Amino acid sequence: MMRAFLSLVKRDVALATQVGGGGGMAVFFFLVAVSLLPLGIGPNLNLLAKIAPGLLWVALLLSSLLTLDRLFQADFEDGTLDALSMGALPLELMVSAKIMAHWLTTGLPLVVAAPFLGLLLNLGSAHFLPLVGAMLLGTPALSLLGAIGAALTVSVRRGGLLASLLVIPFYLPVLIFGVAAAGSDVAMPGVSQQAMLLLGAVTLVSLVLGPVAAAAALRANLRS
Amino acid sequence: MSELSFTQRFHAYANPTRFMTLSGKLVVPLGIVTAVLIGAGLYFALLNSPVDYQQGETVRIMYVHVPSAWLGMFAYMVMASASLIALVFRHPLADVCAKSAAPLGAAFTFLALATGSLWGRPMWGTWWVWDARLTSMLILLFLYFGYIALWATIEEPVRAARAAAVLALVGSINVPIVHYSVVWWNTLHQPASVFRVDGPEIAGSMLIPLMLMAVGFTFFFVTMLLVRMRVEILRRRVRALRLATAEV
Repeated sequence: MMRAFLSLVKRDVALATQVGGGGGMAVFFFLVAVSLLPLGIGPNLNLLAKIAPGLLWVALLLSSLLTLDRLFQADFEDGTLDALSMGALPLELMVSAKIMAHWLTTGLPLVVAAPFLGLLLNLGSAHFLPLVGAMLLGTPALSLLGAIGAALTVSVRRGGLLASLLVIPFYLPVLIFGVAAAGSDVAMPGVSQQAMLLLGAVTLVSLVLGPVAAAAALRANLRS
Repeated sequence: MSELSFTQRFHAYANPTRFMTLSGKLVVPLGIVTAVLIGAGLYFALLNSPVDYQQGETVRIMYVHVPSAWLGMFAYMVMASASLIALVFRHPLADVCAKSAAPLGAAFTFLALATGSLWGRPMWGTWWVWDARLTSMLILLFLYFGYIALWATIEEPVRAARAAAVLALVGSINVPIVHYSVVWWNTLHQPASVFRVDGPEIAGSMLIPLMLMAVGFTFFFVTMLLVRMRVEILRRRVRALRLATAEV
């Protein structure tokens, strides 16, 4: 079963990197979104430094939302999802493999890009390490919870926007704790350690909740 | 029907026709009880209850705001329980119940937020504040909207029912968060005064109209739920008939 899991992860990573568009476009959107913000807010560096962790997290969230329909839609349309659901892996593990591939090709590049984009927003030097740490801890939760929305709308033809809307209420704890864990002095001064632990807790819960709920949603969509 | 056990009746009313017969008989009496309760509640709330020593007459918004918030959460619990029954027991009317409850819950939640804003402006000086209670109620509203949107987007009823059931269950974690938000966080919204471990700490002359309004709103919810369920069953019959004629 471990071999089946790993080969599915490898397949999805290969598809995402070779077919292209997934991780690269998400990072590009991250860059564009972060560039739009100072143009809208004004170039006041002090202000930007204060709100940079929050802005980076929001832009990360939006970039992550855009990649959700890549998770299941293509495989659903050509029947691969049906074949995989009848295969060696239980549906929950199959979903977990796809989520892991999604995180490796989308979440991880976004986290790598984040400190460089922090430079654009005059992020304080003390915040870089906590921010990257919080994002490393939080982006798996984004992929896990996003899979729920992607699975619920897999049978809908233009379901990307709906998936994003469904998933945003579940993203909010990740956002709130992620910004606090990045050491944002404006949001919640002095609680970054507790917030990091709570962020870890949210990720652990989503590690169970995400694949189980996504598998249940896929079952509903595959069967009928 | 009275000689059947509870489980047997539970399964008996899975038959839509039997449900339609029973609900048809119940709607008007329930509606009358609703009108009486809300009428009495409004009389006590608006005319026969004390003013608050700090807030004056504006405290009377509480008699609409608090029951609306309670019903918003109650409706979500009805929706989540019906979704659980639909997924686990495959009860045919459970997903109809969940689908029908959602717009009612969304309306109550929106009403709670709106009346809360109207109350907050004179009392706190602001229309809105991003504290834990208001934010989690707003998330509840988003969950309702997402649930309704999912039903509207997936065309096939059985598939839509199961997907919506999963969504309702995953989102049900928000309901205890809403209730305990004033306990866990230091919020501007006042802490719980009625549903507490030590019992209600609100004055009796205010508790009675509050409870009358709450029970009246609950009966309103049940009445409208039955009406919406009947409409949904009729809608599905129309759809089945249309599909049958299309095949011919």
